[in-house]
Amino acid sequence: MPTLGMRAKSEIQRPVSNIFIVLSVFVALLLNGLPWEGVWLVLRPDFVAVVMLYWCTHKPLRVGIGLSWAVGVFADVADASLFGQHALAYTLLGFGGVMLHRRLQMFDLRQQTTQVFGILALTYAAYALVHWQMSGSMVWSYFIGCLTSTLLWAPLSVTFQAMRQRRADRE
Amino acid sequence: MGRHFVPQQGVEGGASHIPLPTSRSPLKMDSTQSFRFFNRGPSPVARLVFFSLLSLLMLFVDARYHYLESARSALSVLVAPIQRLAAVPGSLWDQAGNLFITQNAQRRLMEENEALRQQHQNDAAQLLQLQALQLESQQFRNLNALPQRSEFATQLVEIVYSERDVFKRRVLVSKGADADVKIGQVVMDDTGIVGQVTRVYPWLSEVTLITEKDHAVPVQVLRNGLRTIVFGAGDTSQLSLRYMPVGGDIQENDILVTSGIDGIYPQGIPVAQVIKIERDAAYPFARVTCLPVAGVDKHRHLLILSSLPALPERPVEQDAATTIDKRAKIRKSK
Repeated sequence: MPTLGMRAKSEIQRPVSNIFIVLSVFVALLLNGLPWEGVWLVLRPDFVAVVMLYWCTHKPLRVGIGLSWAVGVFADVADASLFGQHALAYTLLGFGGVMLHRRLQMFDLRQQTTQVFGILALTYAAYALVHWQMSGSMVWSYFIGCLTSTLLWAPLSVTFQAMRQRRADRE
Repeated sequence: MGRHFVPQQGVEGGASHIPLPTSRSPLKMDSTQSFRFFNRGPSPVARLVFFSLLSLLMLFVDARYHYLESARSALSVLVAPIQRLAAVPGSLWDQAGNLFITQNAQRRLMEENEALRQQHQNDAAQLLQLQALQLESQQFRNLNALPQRSEFATQLVEIVYSERDVFKRRVLVSKGADADVKIGQVVMDDTGIVGQVTRVYPWLSEVTLITEKDHAVPVQVLRNGLRTIVFGAGDTSQLSLRYMPVGGDIQENDILVTSGIDGIYPQGIPVAQVIKIERDAAYPFARVTCLPVAGVDKHRHLLILSSLPALPERPVEQDAATTIDKRAKIRKSK
């Protein structure tokens, strides 16, 4: 889909309201917090990570490493995980997003997905590593979430792009 | 609209039009170039290092010293609305299920009602017996001037939230510091021990289930009084006895109840049932697998036990050692 890549490029100059960014992160936290159980818990993508990655790659000047870290702290409180566990993982995520943002804009969705997989794998690995250090055990099925999160990238960026497009059209 | 002339937007747009360097590492160019033209504060690498170190420091402090609990409960006030909101679809689903009670379900309800009524009558009879026995036992205890160990108050709580993390066996329940819940209190349902309160927020508290990895409960085999400790397995909803000698008197279907040793769990509450025993002469210990008696991941309502009588303080071990030393010295001097 080369057209999508082009559109993404031209739209980068379009303003995005802060409310939209905050709202999207809020909704992602909500989705992460739904009562997932059993197989669904294993398959659950990390919505917050994908949304943060989207903003880090599309608005790297406004949403960067610091904000990713702050959202990570919130995720730590919401998940009752150790303070800093999500924060560390999302810091790496933000760094990856900010570093790769220009490269991602050149790519189409399929190429983006491979790049995104790398960043998300790093994020998941950081989280799992901290858990392994603290408790000495590892749950390998945790990494399935990394795959589903990667699969979420394409639909999410198309949706966000469409929503931003519609806002711009209205104005 | 003056919006497009906000400097930030301009920078963003302009930055995206800077031609990419031909080298294969645009990362370095990116940071140095933008650093030169626009004052954006520290470079991404510096930020990465700063925030990573901050996270690691927080991890260390939280895991070792638990200094950050107050910050956590302050932030949880902000997060709690999201959590409440996230619990709404589940409860709505439950209510919708209640609305559409079909004919079939009605019959099932009536059967259930009948069964419950019978059970209630049975239980009532047994309860009367129990009360008589309690009175008797209290008299005996009074006679012996033994401290009462079996009295405790309970608080009914609702599970707001179940585990959201594949690593953990925890639930969040609907009462917290406002209802005087304290860390370490025992949580049970109507059939047995479910877990222990491990963290208290202003309006919620976190319960670690007995199936959490390495969570230990001191127990006794109901049949013969054998004392042991049951551990959570973590990745499954099972429990195991780790230090049961191969020759230990334990059988399948044995019920394990709390022994009351250590004073955290009250005495005689069912914990688990033995389902499998593997004895291998090559190992000193038998491998005993148990299933929790309580619906550890079934029910929505739980009881928190409070005001358990405190045990007399444990004598300090050092003192014992020094007294032995003293005795030895005295003996030597003799």
